[in-house]
Amino acid sequence: MPRYFTDEHEWIDVEGETATVGITDYAQEQLGDIVFVELPDVGAMVDKGGEAAVVESVKAASDVYAPITGEVTETNSSLEDEPALVNTSPEEEGWFFRLTISDTGELEGLMDDKGYKTFVDSL
Amino acid sequence: MNAPNKSGWKPEMQVSEDGLHNGPSTTTGNRALMLEEPLIFEIGHAETTGVDLPEIDPDAPNRLGGFDRSDPIGLVGLTEPETVRHYTRLSRQNYGIDLGFFPLGSCTMKHNPRLNEKVARLPGFADIHPLAPQQSVQGALQVIHELGDWLMKLTGMPGVAMSPKAGAHGELCGILAIRAAHTARGDARQVVLVPESAHGTNPATAAFAGYKVEDIPATPEGRVDLEAIKARLAPDVAAVMITNPNTCGLFEKDFREIADAVHAVGGYVYCDGANFNAIVGRVRPGDLGVDAMHINLHKTFSTPHGGGGPGSGPVVFSEALKDFAPLPVVRKTADDSYELVEEEGRKHRGQSFGRMTAFHGQMGMFTRALTYMLSHGADGLKQVAEDAVLNANYVLRSLEDILHAPFADSGPCMHEALFGDKDFGGGLSTQDLAKALIDEGYHPMTVYFPLVVHGAMLVEPTETESKASIDQFITAFRSVTERALAGDETMKQAPYYAPRRRLDETQAARKPKLAWQDPEPSA
Amino acid sequence: MRYLPLTDTDRADMLAKIGANSIDDLFVDVPAVAQLDGPIRELPMHASEMTVERHMKARANKNLAAGDAPFFLGAGAYRHHVPASVDTVIQRGEFLTAYTPYQPEIAQGTLQMLFEFQSQVSRLYGCAVANASMYDGSTACWEAVAMAGRVTRRHRAVLSGALHPHYSQVVKTMAQFTGDTIADAMPAIQTEPDNAGLISRIDDDTACVVVQYPDILGRISDLTELADAAHAKGALLVVVNTEPVALGAIKSPGEMGADIVVGEGQSIGVGLQFGGPYLGLFAVRDPKHVRQMPGRLCGETTDAEGKRGFVLTLSTREQHIRREKATSNICTNSGLCALAFNVHMTLLGEKGLRELAAENHRLACIAADRLEQIPGVSLLNSAFFNEFTLQLGGKPARDVVRSLADRGVLGGVSLDRLYPGVAGLEDALLVAVTETTTEEDIETLAKELEGVLS
Repeated sequence: MPRYFTDEHEWIDVEGETATVGITDYAQEQLGDIVFVELPDVGAMVDKGGEAAVVESVKAASDVYAPITGEVTETNSSLEDEPALVNTSPEEEGWFFRLTISDTGELEGLMDDKGYKTFVDSL
Repeated sequence: MNAPNKSGWKPEMQVSEDGLHNGPSTTTGNRALMLEEPLIFEIGHAETTGVDLPEIDPDAPNRLGGFDRSDPIGLVGLTEPETVRHYTRLSRQNYGIDLGFFPLGSCTMKHNPRLNEKVARLPGFADIHPLAPQQSVQGALQVIHELGDWLMKLTGMPGVAMSPKAGAHGELCGILAIRAAHTARGDARQVVLVPESAHGTNPATAAFAGYKVEDIPATPEGRVDLEAIKARLAPDVAAVMITNPNTCGLFEKDFREIADAVHAVGGYVYCDGANFNAIVGRVRPGDLGVDAMHINLHKTFSTPHGGGGPGSGPVVFSEALKDFAPLPVVRKTADDSYELVEEEGRKHRGQSFGRMTAFHGQMGMFTRALTYMLSHGADGLKQVAEDAVLNANYVLRSLEDILHAPFADSGPCMHEALFGDKDFGGGLSTQDLAKALIDEGYHPMTVYFPLVVHGAMLVEPTETESKASIDQFITAFRSVTERALAGDETMKQAPYYAPRRRLDETQAARKPKLAWQDPEPSA
Repeated sequence: MRYLPLTDTDRADMLAKIGANSIDDLFVDVPAVAQLDGPIRELPMHASEMTVERHMKARANKNLAAGDAPFFLGAGAYRHHVPASVDTVIQRGEFLTAYTPYQPEIAQGTLQMLFEFQSQVSRLYGCAVANASMYDGSTACWEAVAMAGRVTRRHRAVLSGALHPHYSQVVKTMAQFTGDTIADAMPAIQTEPDNAGLISRIDDDTACVVVQYPDILGRISDLTELADAAHAKGALLVVVNTEPVALGAIKSPGEMGADIVVGEGQSIGVGLQFGGPYLGLFAVRDPKHVRQMPGRLCGETTDAEGKRGFVLTLSTREQHIRREKATSNICTNSGLCALAFNVHMTLLGEKGLRELAAENHRLACIAADRLEQIPGVSLLNSAFFNEFTLQLGGKPARDVVRSLADRGVLGGVSLDRLYPGVAGLEDALLVAVTETTTEEDIETLAKELEGVLS
């Protein structure tokens, strides 16, 4: 299952027709204690690079952008009661939403694991 | 704040190694004058009351239409002695200007004269109804008119709107007038330019009024980038919103030139007047090309901050905008009486954008502000600005050798001095320094604002501090700065001596508890 | 100057430290065109406390205070007795001269007070959560409309014709700029509010229905049918209350299904003050809507030693963090007015509030009965709390109010003042009665009104 990364610190797992999106460990560390996650509506269309979710710490609110275009099929409802999952397990249990992949070509510009690590090291 | 003790004697304090008082714990949790106080819901009762009213007559006529409230409301009461004690105890857990130096930048925490309070409570002001027949409230209308006149003269502007309820409401008033003026000439514009150092209300207001907000960068010296504005100006720009003096504590030297350039493309200039205290009585914004500016009466004109309001935010307008001001307005008539014009049409032939609030504004703040203005007069207000600026420069020059002052070379500061947290050791931050200042007996300065400076610390002493008070603050500030530079780990746990230690804001936001919940009855 | 501590010696010493020759050196960045050559000439010079007090008293004395006349004005602002201890508390410097509690360790007094205030308001309104207050009832009303738009993602609000017209105007003013559609109406002068008509205006694009309770004419009606109708269309019910004392006698909007309840809190603790500062109340019935609320919220937490404490929370909704994406541009609350409300409500308690409400209603019933006996006068309402509408048999009420004032009676608010020039409303007079009204006052009004009308 290939995983890609954006320069806005989202990760995206691709599995057949659908993909799962979350924010990276680096991102959660920068944000600090996450207190709330605002998720998109199931059925909503999100555009590549468009605002799809909001993640809030005590003193900051950050937009989470959709890495690719697609329709939201599922959101991680456990974040509603336990936003801390984004801190404790950002790249697994703390996923944000799943969406359909409308254009696999959009994945091409994204970074792989190694590329993202180099990117973060450069920050 | 008293003068430093000339004898040099300092009280000895028994402090343990971790910096904490090492006395025995108490049964009550109190520490002498530091008294814990429960919530009213923990000490009051549904059957207790502090007022004496007639008992309810169950057979009295009832014309409530059958909508009687039968279930308990869930309120509790206290008698008067319990009430007074409860709130007196709570009050002692608060810091106020009356207690000490309160150098909160951009908030202008000056002394609140008590004559203001006395005047506001005169029954002729405090006990009159907003819809009373106008013949019965001529003195009140006169006060609104008189205060408006002072504001116009102090700012050199020909129009004023008195109804906005606070600074942000005033901003909205100004921006709505700008939008109405453009609409009136069929000129739809989409963009408002806001410097990145601006207060958060500026972009929030412009966005609310339906504009797209674009940031303008600051120059390295901490001012708005004139060239960047000029490059961006085009017929789609409705307005620029500039705070002057700005949030870095500097006067915007190029303001007039910016205003001329904005006017040349048909835009308007909104000036955020939050920092008017630095120039009141000495510089008139109208001479700088401002079209609209709100004035925080609770800052420059000493009405109390009250733990977060009520504020009051009248707006002054240029000739170009004044006819678009909101209603109602107070007008002086030919026979020297005063008239409240509440609607368009019959008497008002302007192009008002409408009504912003139920009544005529913050009368209780108007009486206080006018009292303050009359007390100072034109000469006193000029002295206010000069002393405020002098005090801030004194703070800046007394601390710049030890603390990073990013704009210290940009010329004199105005009413506030800005510092950053560069070179703090041991992972310490501005937050830690602020909390250590609390232990030293001070309310911290504004922190993490403006956003353009890392770990910003904005110190506004105001004109109502004595030199001794400022000197003592500088001494304390230097000492906590030295500790921060040295990476003093104990600062991470500060404050130690406040009524509460650091509060867990993450817990508060993750599981919000925003109202009292009655405990489950025990089985 | 009595408020300025620096001496000339201090100023000279400080300039020397700064390295400036004169104060003018500190204003070098002000362009010459804006430099004044001295104090502004059109304004007077400083004055003593005594002189200023005399000046202000002269103006105060030109006003007829409510307490000095038989007084029957309401329409969104009510005269109630405020216990003496309320003012004592709010004049404590630690409350009066404190700032917004952004440093919670040294602001627990304000924060605990706000938590108590939020708890009192939410209970009074029958809601889950109330905020730490807004500017006033009218701006809270607009904020409710805006919030309903965020929750439903719709942009049409239906306003009851019996909503305070100034509140409707505020909503319409704001909506001009946000692009929301506002469907409003004139009040129907009839015994019962036109709920059926209101319901018929709700459509599938409606974000909220806004209704006042008791309404501008003093009428009380069933909110549950409105709530059901709104909810059936996916809209929210916003209920506006301008007289919180009423909720000591009548059902809360929350228990009748309102989603957002807003109102004016001035009646409790604040006083008339010619219209401000007042106290906007804002609450939601369902806690899931909390993050769409505007304004400050105070929440409970613990400190590093485990002691209970309070902080401002959920502030990512607000302008200082969200900037142009904030839920509102509001940057303050009515802190000191909220304290006055909190203290007064604590003095009243459940028992006191219920007795206060009963006393208001008792006197209002007496007044309604007495005034209705005047030839040419009829009472519109079947139900009311402490305010009702009289029809003066075609006589213009605005002139009647002025004539009554000439006779030293502040007799009420004419609907023509609120709806200038609207046909069919000219002879209607709103009369409010509170515990401060005496039976003698009622008799005086009755006699003078009879005199004016004859």
